[in-house]
Amino acid sequence: MKTLLCALFGAALLAPSSFAQTTLITNGRVVTNADAGIIENGSVLVRDGDIVAVGASIENVDEDATVVDAEGGWITPGLFHPHTQLGLVEVALESSTSDASANESHFTAAIDVADAFNPNATHIASTRIEGVTRFALFPSTGSAIIGGRGALGETSGDADSLFATRQFLFADLSQSGASTAGGSRAAAWAFLRAALEDARFYPGRFMAHHEGDAIDRFDAAALVSAARGQIPLVLFVDRAADIRRALAFRDGNQQLQLIIAGGAEAWMVADELAEAGVPVILDPLRNLPGSFDTLASRQDGPALLHAAGVTTAYTTVTADLYFNPRLLAQHAGNAVTAGAQWADAFRSITLTPAEIYGVGDRYGALAPGYAGDVVVWDGDPLEVMSAPVAVLIDGETQSLESRQTRLAERYAELRADGAYAYHH
Amino acid sequence: MLSRPRLMTAAILAFGALFLSACNGPAGGGDTEDETSASTGADQLVRFDPDPYPSTYTPFESTTVLITGATVFDGVGGRIENGSVLIEDGRIAAIGADIEAPEGAETVDATGRFITPGVIDIHSHLGVYPSPSVGAHSDGNEVTGPVTAEVWAEHGIWPQDPGFDTAMAGGVTTLHVLPGSANLFGGRGVTLRNVPSRTVQGMKFPDAPYTLKMACGENPKRVYGSQGRAPGSRMGNVAGYREAWQRAVEYRRSWNRYWDAGDTDASPPARNFELDTLMGVLDGEILVQMHCYRADEMAQIIDMAEEFNYQVTTFHHAVEAYKIPDLLAEADACAAVWADWGGFKMEAYDSIRENLPLTHIGGACAMIHSDDDLGIQRLNQEVAKALSDGRRLGLEISDADAVAWMTANPARGLGIFDETGSLEVGKRADLVIWSHHPFSTYANADHVYVDGALMYDRADPQRRTLRDFMLGQPGEGAY
Repeated sequence: MKTLLCALFGAALLAPSSFAQTTLITNGRVVTNADAGIIENGSVLVRDGDIVAVGASIENVDEDATVVDAEGGWITPGLFHPHTQLGLVEVALESSTSDASANESHFTAAIDVADAFNPNATHIASTRIEGVTRFALFPSTGSAIIGGRGALGETSGDADSLFATRQFLFADLSQSGASTAGGSRAAAWAFLRAALEDARFYPGRFMAHHEGDAIDRFDAAALVSAARGQIPLVLFVDRAADIRRALAFRDGNQQLQLIIAGGAEAWMVADELAEAGVPVILDPLRNLPGSFDTLASRQDGPALLHAAGVTTAYTTVTADLYFNPRLLAQHAGNAVTAGAQWADAFRSITLTPAEIYGVGDRYGALAPGYAGDVVVWDGDPLEVMSAPVAVLIDGETQSLESRQTRLAERYAELRADGAYAYHH
Repeated sequence: MLSRPRLMTAAILAFGALFLSACNGPAGGGDTEDETSASTGADQLVRFDPDPYPSTYTPFESTTVLITGATVFDGVGGRIENGSVLIEDGRIAAIGADIEAPEGAETVDATGRFITPGVIDIHSHLGVYPSPSVGAHSDGNEVTGPVTAEVWAEHGIWPQDPGFDTAMAGGVTTLHVLPGSANLFGGRGVTLRNVPSRTVQGMKFPDAPYTLKMACGENPKRVYGSQGRAPGSRMGNVAGYREAWQRAVEYRRSWNRYWDAGDTDASPPARNFELDTLMGVLDGEILVQMHCYRADEMAQIIDMAEEFNYQVTTFHHAVEAYKIPDLLAEADACAAVWADWGGFKMEAYDSIRENLPLTHIGGACAMIHSDDDLGIQRLNQEVAKALSDGRRLGLEISDADAVAWMTANPARGLGIFDETGSLEVGKRADLVIWSHHPFSTYANADHVYVDGALMYDRADPQRRTLRDFMLGQPGEGAY
């Protein structure tokens, strides 16, 4: 396993950040997630932000192209994290730095996480340098089981790094949702049904007054797109019985685009999920009965879901969603350790999440027409000892620095000095 | 005035003797007339049993086993290619490149696989915060006061926590269960063998020293400050520690004066269970395990330990240990850390991935820890991440040295290194056969031996531990 590719690292730091950049990445094992499969000793050409060629040998037509030599490492699409709160939380226990949830607010669907997102949050850089280039941004639930609407972003830290907003609606129907709803799952479901009905009859129901059965006029307006199936409804449920309830609910509301998040016991309902075409977002590391909702969670759950043909994406909810989304590749690697196929696991942190959110034609694969999100690794990306040596987002070479790397370098230098004394 | 204490003393002695004999406790457990007579010539000086809840652990059945063909990491910096390990009577009988199988020995072909000492987690809350996480089983923090050195984690451990089983599948053979960090003095921790038992006593690591959990920083001041009680600040934290240590100094002085006088007619000092624990620290018999994140706070604690003449054995979490490896080394204090957790509070904000390797290279004793029922299942991966990040920073550390971060060093931090934590002749045969290099994500623990007994075999569903709670549940047997 290589430790440091000095030449490559230097090139990455010096690369100009120009939009019209052309980059040719060569000499690596290319995982395309496309028809080309895996190309040994292949190349990827990125021009004007997009991938224009992928293959065993690509002629470099642009004289001024930056050439990145992968030195036999791996070249993959950037990772797509389906479930984060990046840029919403800086320090979890300092409420002044967290916009994940609003317990004191009565708003529900009207909450739009894009309003709170901070692209300068330090954890975005530390996530980017571990190879995560795209992410879904989730609100937590606050005073009601409907948390609000989420967005899709990239990890460049640029001002416009949310590339799609109001993309899905999040609601919690698990035991915590039951508690939020007043004490039972039945109450949580009643709230959800009533809220969706408020949206379905919007605006007529609100001509005379502002209150619906569950939510007010402004929230109902915001819920319309999910109620009509124009954007997905992400339901957080773990227990097999609750997942079945969600599938039955969708049977009666065929217009809904349902996504299951949580999914600790999804493997018990795998065939039904596959038949219904409902995707699952779950954390491969969950294998303990953390609650009575998750008694049957097991580490080979992802392998069982893949085998049944369920569309499956992985998350890092057991670590956290704001500081350690960067551990996505490790979580995927552990799915492989527990029996999943490598290709299935890798797809679950790249192309599959993109597909779940309807952007699988732009992100998650290396093929002409896809965005130039490319990561060069010094080894198998699912190995814990591997790391990115170059990260491109929309064709632009990214910095591999973060606040954390600056701290590490400062103290490594002080150690080398021997005195541990501050100096400028 | 004198008669009442003497009567009580007699009663305590009688009860103690009965307790010891009934429970088959260790000889010389402290509260015996023999010991008193021998040392002072008196026969009724009050002394206390330091081990009233003794270990009843006995190793599971083992045979003579020769494991061959593996890459062996011995936990103390050694690496043997194509190596063998011989287990006899539950102990390591030989380790090396060429070992003959004794007659009748079972042989295990581990060609292409890897052996390490059993993994040791110095920071676990299994049993006191078990799965499932329900209020009824939340027994890890006595949040009714900031100084509760009198509570013992072992009295809150539920031995049926399914987390013990999954930790076993991750190669964990020994773990240290601590009270939580709500309090300045959280209480005593306990070191366990990771074996199934109906009782906590059946899991207790024989003769392992007791430990004392203490906590720095945000947690105590938040928990009590929010109730309008002390401590409400870091100033209050230190004042709270010092007040308690001073009481312990005076308590110890009273007892030593009583014992030194040897007057069986004298009234003994009143017993105080909180101060018993602190006195044990001052006597060097109980090891301090202190939750502390920030470098500057660890430096304050090191000064306080000097003020009261005790030793901090290990700083736990120690997210900023990399800033002060020289101070830690000078104080002979270890750092037990995560690979990459942080950000959840301000004192964890300066978390870096290179904390462990930078602390190690800086000359301090460093190790991995989990503090988590999932993390404990893959401490090998956590070590691997820290190691590879350190190497990217240019730090030269061998795989064999890094294995100590999950084996020998936590054993040292728990005072049990003479018994486990490395593969050396005579030590307990606690070891793991890994399917791949243990620093690979794809490594599974294939076999886990505790005291030479095969407690877990990944290929054999019958050779797995399964806590009572999981029987008849939808997830039974699969983890």
